[in-house]
Amino acid sequence: MSDNDKEATFRVIGTRPLRHDGIDKVTGRALYGADHSLPGMLHGCVLRSPHAHARILGIDTSAAEAYPGVHAVLIGADLPAAEDRTRALGEGTSNAKHLSDNILAKDKVLYDGHAVAAVAASSAAIAEEALALIDVRYEELPSVLDVRAALAKDAEILHDELRTKGIEGDSGPTNLASVIEFSGGDLDAGFAAATVIVEREFETAMVHQGYIEPHNALAKVDADGQTTLWCSTQGSFDIRQLCTKVLQMPLSQLKVVPAEIGGGFGGKTTVYLEPLAILLAQRTGLPVKMVMSRNEVLRASGPTSGSVIRLRMGADAEGRIVAADARLDYEAGAFPGSPVLMGAVVLFTPYALDNFRIIGRDIVVNRPRTAAYRAPGGTNAAFASETLIDELAEKLGIDPIEMRLRNAAKEGTAAPWGPRMKRIGCVELLESVREHEHYASPLGTPEAKRRRGRGFAAGGWGNAGLQSSAILSLNGDGTASLVTGSPDIGGTRTSCAMIAAEELGLTAEQVRPSVADTDSIGHTDVTGGSRVTMATGLAVFEAAQDLKRQLRERAAKMWESPESEIRFHEGAAVRDDGEKLTLAQLAAKTGRTGGPVVGRATVNANRANGPSFAGFLCDIEIDPETGKIEILRATVFQDAGRAIHPAYVEGQMQGGSVQGIGWALGEEYVYDEGGHLANASFLDYRIPTALDLPMIEPVILEVPNPAHPLGVRGVGEASIVPPPAAIANALAAATGVRIATLPLSPPRVFAALEKNPS
Amino acid sequence: MAKKNHITTTLNGVTTEFLCESRQTLLEVLRDELHLTGTKEGCGTGDCGACSVVFDGRIACSCLVLAVEAEDRTIATIEGMADGDTLHPLQRKFLEHAALQCGICTPGILVAAKALLERKPDANQADIRLALAGNLCRCTGYDKIIRAVVDAAEEMRES
Repeated sequence: MSDNDKEATFRVIGTRPLRHDGIDKVTGRALYGADHSLPGMLHGCVLRSPHAHARILGIDTSAAEAYPGVHAVLIGADLPAAEDRTRALGEGTSNAKHLSDNILAKDKVLYDGHAVAAVAASSAAIAEEALALIDVRYEELPSVLDVRAALAKDAEILHDELRTKGIEGDSGPTNLASVIEFSGGDLDAGFAAATVIVEREFETAMVHQGYIEPHNALAKVDADGQTTLWCSTQGSFDIRQLCTKVLQMPLSQLKVVPAEIGGGFGGKTTVYLEPLAILLAQRTGLPVKMVMSRNEVLRASGPTSGSVIRLRMGADAEGRIVAADARLDYEAGAFPGSPVLMGAVVLFTPYALDNFRIIGRDIVVNRPRTAAYRAPGGTNAAFASETLIDELAEKLGIDPIEMRLRNAAKEGTAAPWGPRMKRIGCVELLESVREHEHYASPLGTPEAKRRRGRGFAAGGWGNAGLQSSAILSLNGDGTASLVTGSPDIGGTRTSCAMIAAEELGLTAEQVRPSVADTDSIGHTDVTGGSRVTMATGLAVFEAAQDLKRQLRERAAKMWESPESEIRFHEGAAVRDDGEKLTLAQLAAKTGRTGGPVVGRATVNANRANGPSFAGFLCDIEIDPETGKIEILRATVFQDAGRAIHPAYVEGQMQGGSVQGIGWALGEEYVYDEGGHLANASFLDYRIPTALDLPMIEPVILEVPNPAHPLGVRGVGEASIVPPPAAIANALAAATGVRIATLPLSPPRVFAALEKNPS
Repeated sequence: MAKKNHITTTLNGVTTEFLCESRQTLLEVLRDELHLTGTKEGCGTGDCGACSVVFDGRIACSCLVLAVEAEDRTIATIEGMADGDTLHPLQRKFLEHAALQCGICTPGILVAAKALLERKPDANQADIRLALAGNLCRCTGYDKIIRAVVDAAEEMRES
């Protein structure tokens, strides 16, 4: 049994050891995807569509193929025909045909930047020169760039075969891919009982995860067809599954080696270059490396949906929300699959509602196929709901935190999408905000004409469980080696090692963690859904219990005592009479007590998952002469369940908050009328810099997750949900003007203040 | 193929020779020819700072420098920052403050922060934020990076 009493103080958990991969990462030695090379390798480049929507009439690759240094050219017809069927995969779903058509267009290009052909050549420069020799004949088609245009009568249709899922009857050809609905109670009676009703139509812009490392892939195919792929990915097993699906290879023929990864935030959970690199390596018999440019990342990887959300909410005089009616329209990009379902879930996660209707619509448009982005769909939705709750509180004269507390979800609350909440930390979170010094602190006096305001918003995120594996080997000197399959994107290999160390009575440094390739560890789902420390951590916890069970057996052999008299405590086998065998003593004798000792565990962690709640409190200053919003002070609150490595929990909270700030204040995909992305660079798609921000104060709450042996809740995502609404609420507090469109960029704020002078 | 140029430069204190095409950037040569992959490419257009190096005493995006410009110059990259096994105080403070998550921007930020502190040992938080404004980090929100640099500066002033 575990010697872990939940109330016990921990030795390792809750401390801040240095990360195991730290020295490599501060000295430049760590190898990220693009840092891998192989002798004789070729370089691959992709030709991309200059049109937002066009039919491909023909492609002539002969001049490119004849160009000196070119080894192979691929077009869409070189990919195997794929099945047009949607299947569950990792955090989301995947349709092999859509995936294949996104990797290389077949009959039509569906967005500016859509891949049309790929070249492998002896250098990247030659490959790029060869791209210019490929002659693609297009018939341009009208494009639909947003959800309103896509649903307009007589709108141009992206996919002739697409029919609306989730409605009765045949929709006919449409851009509306699916409709989902959650409803409960009696909406009309709810609104009839309302003292105040507010309603707005919100718009949020398409935004990108903005990881600094572009997508990359290096593929090598042996003479027997055995293939190795190095790439930066959040999920090596998912990448193996997607590549083999697209290329119709057996899973066992592909080994995916996850390189160190330079950020992902959900965006590195699918494939773009990977199948092309493999196919080019197969064709040429040489290793092939491909790396996207930043322009390609922005135009052709997977940003998250822009959206139009219509929301109507009513509250009674006591501030109880009595009715909520929502319709969420999300851009899927060029293929179905926006996170609108998760948006519908997040919309009211922090609250208990009796009367509600939430309709979500997934709509294809001529933009890149969207991918997951930190709490996918949630930030859009909470911008709407948290703005209207703030507005209801204002109209009712109730403190906005008090308003939320009167409606807060707690253990037993039925979520709008069905299940009842287990023990959650939503109430504690709101109370901690109200009690925090920041909430009552003076705002200070701005310079003349400038105005200041304070705003708050909350957000909840359900997190993901999914599958993980762990192998924990006892070394001969009593230290341990830990192998998992979870790419480490923010310090998780250290948090996992800390869990093993805690259980085995070792220090964090005595457990050496590594992230293995797909041949070397059991299936492990993506580093996503805030799941690694919770789910892979659970596998590690159970592998440690397995190891300890075996060590009791070994101690029993060495002592010739019954196992029932032996327990494992603080790094040693202890007999009832007080005799001890330390881990090092046990390890030294494993050769004579039965061979090496290896603990292992595999889990489906859905049973151990628990939601996390976050709150964002900010003070802003607005310059009405420019419309610029400056964040003066920011505090982020989040329930971590149990913070294994508090510095990395804080890091998630701070990083998520700042992505939310970027989403709120400036980030947006800007398309020209012809459907070309007008800001495909880090100069023009501007993510927050060090100069744009204050310190972000993190406040960690620990309301243990009852489903997890260590109480852990995923912490990676919830913090991105509240900032846009919190900043919009602060703007309203400062100026009396509510803006329902993101981003709150200077021109938009300036125009709104000009229109509504206070 | 164009004839290659023979370049002699001082790289991390060591006289270094390489061959390059005229069109190649310093970043390409560092990574692909000299196998110093600690300098990262995030954008290739001078907007993210992941490829920051010190070029004749000034911070530069190596993606915007042609390799041929390195002739007779001095270049410092992340690989030259530690003294053997002894980390530079900035490197140590980055670890202690958990100032990196994915770590891809870290080499560029360390190189830029070191250049700042050499130029301005008494740099305050505002100076640091300004000096690092050209180095994008998407993971951390910069909070822990700023704290690490402030702490390192303090330690370096004391020693």
